[in-house]
Amino acid sequence: MTSLLTARAAPSGRRGPSQPRRSRRYDRAEVLTALAFLLPALVVLGVFVVYPIASAAHISLTSWNGFDPVKELVGLDNYAQLAQDPAFWNSLLVTVIYGIGVCVLSVVSGLAIALLLDAPLRGRGFYRGVYFLPTVTSSVAAAIVWRYLFDPAGYVNTWLEQLGVSGPDWFGDRWLALGLLTSLTVWKSLGFNAILYLTALQALPTGVFEAAQLDGAGMWQRIRRITVPLLRPMTFFVVVQGLITSFQAFDLVYVLTGGGPRGGTEVLGMFMYREAFRLGNFGYGTAIAFVTLFLVLGVTLVQWRASGSGRSTLR
Amino acid sequence: MRAHRLANLARHAILLLGSATVVIPFLWMFTTSLRSRAETYTNTTVVPTSWHWENYARAWESAPFGQYYLNSTLMAVGIVLGHLVLDALAAYAFARLRFPLRTALFVLLLAVLLVPNFVTIIPAYSLVAGFGWIDTYAALIVPRLADVFGIILLRQYFASIPQELEDAARIDGCSRAGTFFRIMVPLSMPAFATLAIFSFLFAWNDFLWPLLVTNSDEMRTIQVGLSSFQGRYGTSWNYLMAGTMMATVPSMAVFMLFQRALVRGIAMTGLKD
Repeated sequence: MTSLLTARAAPSGRRGPSQPRRSRRYDRAEVLTALAFLLPALVVLGVFVVYPIASAAHISLTSWNGFDPVKELVGLDNYAQLAQDPAFWNSLLVTVIYGIGVCVLSVVSGLAIALLLDAPLRGRGFYRGVYFLPTVTSSVAAAIVWRYLFDPAGYVNTWLEQLGVSGPDWFGDRWLALGLLTSLTVWKSLGFNAILYLTALQALPTGVFEAAQLDGAGMWQRIRRITVPLLRPMTFFVVVQGLITSFQAFDLVYVLTGGGPRGGTEVLGMFMYREAFRLGNFGYGTAIAFVTLFLVLGVTLVQWRASGSGRSTLR
Repeated sequence: MRAHRLANLARHAILLLGSATVVIPFLWMFTTSLRSRAETYTNTTVVPTSWHWENYARAWESAPFGQYYLNSTLMAVGIVLGHLVLDALAAYAFARLRFPLRTALFVLLLAVLLVPNFVTIIPAYSLVAGFGWIDTYAALIVPRLADVFGIILLRQYFASIPQELEDAARIDGCSRAGTFFRIMVPLSMPAFATLAIFSFLFAWNDFLWPLLVTNSDEMRTIQVGLSSFQGRYGTSWNYLMAGTMMATVPSMAVFMLFQRALVRGIAMTGLKD
């Protein structure tokens, strides 16, 4: 025990060449400590996250309704049924359009705010705080406020009327409703995206900008030719985050539109909730959940590849 | 110099315009919560003509908001404490201790982070139902006592603390667990603060899980309660907005008090929720 202690205590740089940096054998006491430290978290995550993932893979192959003691295996029937379910294709289409909208607007708004806040400015902390407010507000509260702001008798339409425009029925038209949902989602992550971009901006080398300025490049040129390309890895991250959030969206949709009108905003999360918890089709609902998993994995794989190559071009 | 000042003015103009889109919904929520019922439908003015603070008392009486607050607070405290203890212990093991399968286990955790919660929610729900936990605090708290995000955040922070500090304590005869509690924990307070805020905001604003595992009004959290309040009092905008204010104020207060720690956390990890 004493020898182990002294070996540990030796500063890493001064270890003799005969002493391997990492011995293959583990210190028993250390392994036991690690086990004790890990156990509580691993039990919780194992029981309530890892086991459910495995269990979900099984449930998605059954016709289980959530109550029967027996889960009857139906093979890939649920997936085959999905492929023929117009509600699923509608939901997938809605989710993809929503996801793309969220990504494009998130990148544009996040980058714009970050660029405006990058150089020293009076009240920078104030703006940062304000833009962050929606992010810390609950989805339920935010969606309720938007729901009534855009109500046919709400503030927005009253205001439009004063301008002489008759306001539309925001929740009666599927595209308007989807547009509102997209805007609300972007609004909620405005501050988050801005801070991500700000962090990335502040890590950029200043030399390039000074050189470009000396060469007579104007502000727009510098932004377009230097800032935006250099920020590409962060943009990729924001896009992937946006897509993943969209694939997992539920709270905002549930409160703002409930998936309506006529399925116009029924994203995959909403569709799953309806099938599993309203109609009791747990097997079918789990199959829908797995589709979101495949989508997320696909997007992550693309990010992984691209960020790998993105980093190498930056160097 | 002049051009510079003009540019700054333009920046302020755009930023203020953007701020307006953020502030107006909040302002509208606040002023609507103070309007008389009649005035909520003719809301052409921003400022109410008369201030009805009693709307809050009415909203408070027409639904068990006190109970919702209590439930949300208990759930949030339980989850925050769970994350601080369980995540920290696991993070330390991953950051500093050597044990078999360390890398494999950590990669497994990272992979779990990618799985949408929809995938786990149905089996987790039937598991909790099987335990007989529906409509109990156990269902709200226990399944979320540990989370991967916190483990990653703290592991990253622990790894940034110089090893020499621990080595010195070890020479003085401190055990592994001792160095953790006496050296690492006191040095990691900023990271704990960040994690506590993230976890609190997550718990306070959480919706789908509490919606599924609670049935009775007595067990509802504030967000689920607010959502059902909207279902019942959707036409009384003033009461509804008073309720929405009540659900929003705690997370806003936490944000305003601890803004720095929160922003630092995002810059550190690039993760949310």
